[in-house]
Amino acid sequence: MTENSPQEAVERALAAAKSDDCIVIADEGSAANLRWAGNSLTTNGVSRSRQLTVVAVTRSGDEARVGVVSRAGVRSDQIADVVAEAEAAAAGAAPAEDAQPLVPANPVSGAGWDHPPAETEISVFAGFAADLGAAFATAAGGGRKLYGFAEHEMTSSYIGTSSGLRLRHDQPSGRLELNAKSADMATSAWAGTGTRDFGDVDVTSLEADLAQRLDWAKRSVSLPAGRYETLLPPTAVADLLIYLYWSAGAKDALDGRTVFSKAGGGTRVGEQLAGLPLSLYSDPAEAGLQCAPFVVAHASSRESSVFDNGLPTGRTDWIAAGTLGALVQTRHTARLSGLPVTPAIDNLVLTAPDAAGSIAEMVGRTSRGLLLTCLWYIREVDPQTLLLTGLTRDGVYLVENGEVTGAVNNFRFNESPVALLARITEMGATVPTLPREWADYFTRAAMAPLRVEGFNMSSVSQAS
Amino acid sequence: MDPEFTAYPLRQLADAALQRARQLGASRADFRAERIRGQRIQLSDGNLETQFDSDDLGLAVRVVVDGTWGFASAVDMTPEAAARAAAEAVDVARVAAPISTERIQLADEPAHGEVTWLSAYEVDPFDISVADKIALLSSWSRRLLDADGVDHVDASLYQVRECKFYTDGATTALQQRVRLHPSVTAVAVAADGRFETMRTLAPPAGRGFEYLTGAGWDFDAELAELPSLLAEKMAAPSVESGRYDLVIDPSNLFLTIHESIGHATELDRALGYEAAYAGTSFATFDKLGSLQYGSPVMHVTGDRTTEHGLATIGFDDEGVAGQSWDLVTGGVLTGYQLDRRIAAAANLGRSNGCAFADSPSHMPIQRMANVSLQPAANGPSTAELIASVTDGIYIVGDKSWSIDMQRYNFQFTGQRFYRIRNGRLDGQLKDVAYQATTTDFWNSMEAVGGPQTYVLGGAFNCGKGQPGQVAPVSHGCPSVVMRGIRILNTVEEAGT
Repeated sequence: MTENSPQEAVERALAAAKSDDCIVIADEGSAANLRWAGNSLTTNGVSRSRQLTVVAVTRSGDEARVGVVSRAGVRSDQIADVVAEAEAAAAGAAPAEDAQPLVPANPVSGAGWDHPPAETEISVFAGFAADLGAAFATAAGGGRKLYGFAEHEMTSSYIGTSSGLRLRHDQPSGRLELNAKSADMATSAWAGTGTRDFGDVDVTSLEADLAQRLDWAKRSVSLPAGRYETLLPPTAVADLLIYLYWSAGAKDALDGRTVFSKAGGGTRVGEQLAGLPLSLYSDPAEAGLQCAPFVVAHASSRESSVFDNGLPTGRTDWIAAGTLGALVQTRHTARLSGLPVTPAIDNLVLTAPDAAGSIAEMVGRTSRGLLLTCLWYIREVDPQTLLLTGLTRDGVYLVENGEVTGAVNNFRFNESPVALLARITEMGATVPTLPREWADYFTRAAMAPLRVEGFNMSSVSQAS
Repeated sequence: MDPEFTAYPLRQLADAALQRARQLGASRADFRAERIRGQRIQLSDGNLETQFDSDDLGLAVRVVVDGTWGFASAVDMTPEAAARAAAEAVDVARVAAPISTERIQLADEPAHGEVTWLSAYEVDPFDISVADKIALLSSWSRRLLDADGVDHVDASLYQVRECKFYTDGATTALQQRVRLHPSVTAVAVAADGRFETMRTLAPPAGRGFEYLTGAGWDFDAELAELPSLLAEKMAAPSVESGRYDLVIDPSNLFLTIHESIGHATELDRALGYEAAYAGTSFATFDKLGSLQYGSPVMHVTGDRTTEHGLATIGFDDEGVAGQSWDLVTGGVLTGYQLDRRIAAAANLGRSNGCAFADSPSHMPIQRMANVSLQPAANGPSTAELIASVTDGIYIVGDKSWSIDMQRYNFQFTGQRFYRIRNGRLDGQLKDVAYQATTTDFWNSMEAVGGPQTYVLGGAFNCGKGQPGQVAPVSHGCPSVVMRGIRILNTVEEAGT
């Protein structure tokens, strides 16, 4: 541990604290990225970040006032100033509605605490960049243009509290997005993958898949707006269900303001949502999708509480066997709702018993329907039903008699992921996937392809 | 100017970085240092939910080596860290060079020497105590909670003070700007589970704390009418889907401008540089000067100069001075938004100054200027525009938005919708969304209001680029009349 290490910063801040309670989070981050367009790299870079967040808590009886200050690049001689700023903010704050005791130290507290922060750098792309260059050449030879982005990030977070808690977590996050277009830009295909280290990324295979999809688009079919039987690939399912998950805050539901509110008060926990016995869950230990097994909250919000920092998390079934099983809870909202404490977790998995088969196999079982590639520009239209709107993108295909017979125009959809659950007629095998729309914020997902009855394509989009 | 920021040895850091970059073979290098303070305060039903102060500080070096970009940033404000970042940026360029076929060239920009610029504001919001801000939001919340029919109130205030130091050797710019976004939402929940919301229309603005105390917006007046507006919306009939003539208020239209004109006239998009993410544009470069974007009454400008505009700044993140220019003239596409690379690539001469990076960790990319629809000189009032509609809807306030990746097909909702019958407002409707194709929509614009209807709206959260960057931007516009626009019923769309 050096003087400027994050651990030292945490200890110095706690030592400087004069408030009744104090929480300190030190984040050390590094990132590297490559971006390309038209078979050539464009903007590329590396960055580093260092953030110190101090949560000062002043208590008076059951009330607690909180001040939070988060500052980048804090030097050792500035740490006491940050603590003082947080304490001044707490002194001026109104009582926090989510006030709770701090999370006490527990048996796993301190594990790995002394280890230095993990880092990434541009060399993480050494092998990948060579493969990408080869893919550029292959694409150019085939009259295709490749566009896309590769990013690798590493964040090490250290939490220390005046209650004695010491926790650290290293979070690698990576993704590749690859987009192929025909030379005239008239047809487009997309593939993406999440990764922890780029060691498992096969850009050659992805480029070949995209070439096949552009071949599918050599026959184009115009279809009108309407409700279609639709095969949703895992990435599209992820984008819809992540929004459902983000909308599953217990506080808003208790306030009567979401699709998960029960008329007359309370929540819909326990209600059947899906016809199939599917489960939508988060688990910090999920293989390949590992994330922090405890709460890291830099600020309080409707779905998180700084008081919960360090609270252990475990597998949580938001939907269990088709039934709404849990909402995102802080300890504060759990007291209001009378439901278990189920904090947000940074991954999401959809499974069902006996669900099997790839989306290609589901295509083979389709007499007539649409096969989507991914969804785009998803926004909430009506929180009452959780109606979402958005676009299909980079390939909509017509499936007839078990085969893809051509590419269809894009559509604007209006659909609720909650209502959609009841119209799932088939579910394939769960696979890791990159959510196309939300990958800036959420990369750890494993989803199953779905067959949905009557997916609402509200209008035709001319975009190609 | 923030004395803590200017106390850092900015020129010494820049010298260390630029000298190191040159030593390592960079043909061009520029240096930025930034400090961005943010403060977010949120109250739920008058209780403090979030108080979060952020303070981002760092430096960035951008280089061109063998015609390829390289970029690196650092958090330590020391000459050693600056020099190390320069070396890392050169390394990045060398890794990228073997698979980069495009040679980076930048459009020429006059040398501006040493310049300083501050945005127009009176009271730095960071000079106001947190307690005073919470007290103000609390009093606003209490006022609404005490009204009949209001079950919940969300109140929030987000404030930013952004300091930038830029140098490329020819221009050295020290700049500071302030912006804030206050917002209050009232919620009504019926016994049968139905709920509706009504949010203030006050736009985010490049102003100081004086904005909350009467300069530029009358919050007292707006808060006073929210409960009755919400009650009327709760009792309003559901819209019948179909085609309607619309009068669109600036509080709604600014966002449609943002999505269907602002992004569509970014030349980096039109040339394909955003194709895999934000998308491209139907307004392709070959259509410059010929595309009939909208009706002849359509005049759209881009600028980085409007007072209190969120995209307003003296010099962009490539040292280009702020300018204003035409994008659509007489309904025809006549211009684009540019940075120096894109201006050179398209042989358009000088950049119009749209390079922006949202933090020291990010490389500047072409971002949106203030893109505004100009009013008609001596044009009609909003009431006169409404009087020109026999069977239509008047739309006020923004809410939901979505547009496709080539900026053709869009869908928007709003805060409130009034039925227009025979030139008069006839009560609110609910469950309304409008959907159109961009050029159909703007070509259906029959009339634009006069300067008295013009309002500068905007947003803090315009996203673009990979890694993702967020930019603030303003859009001014008058009220307008649109003929025959498709209206959806959102309950029917949900299939419920």
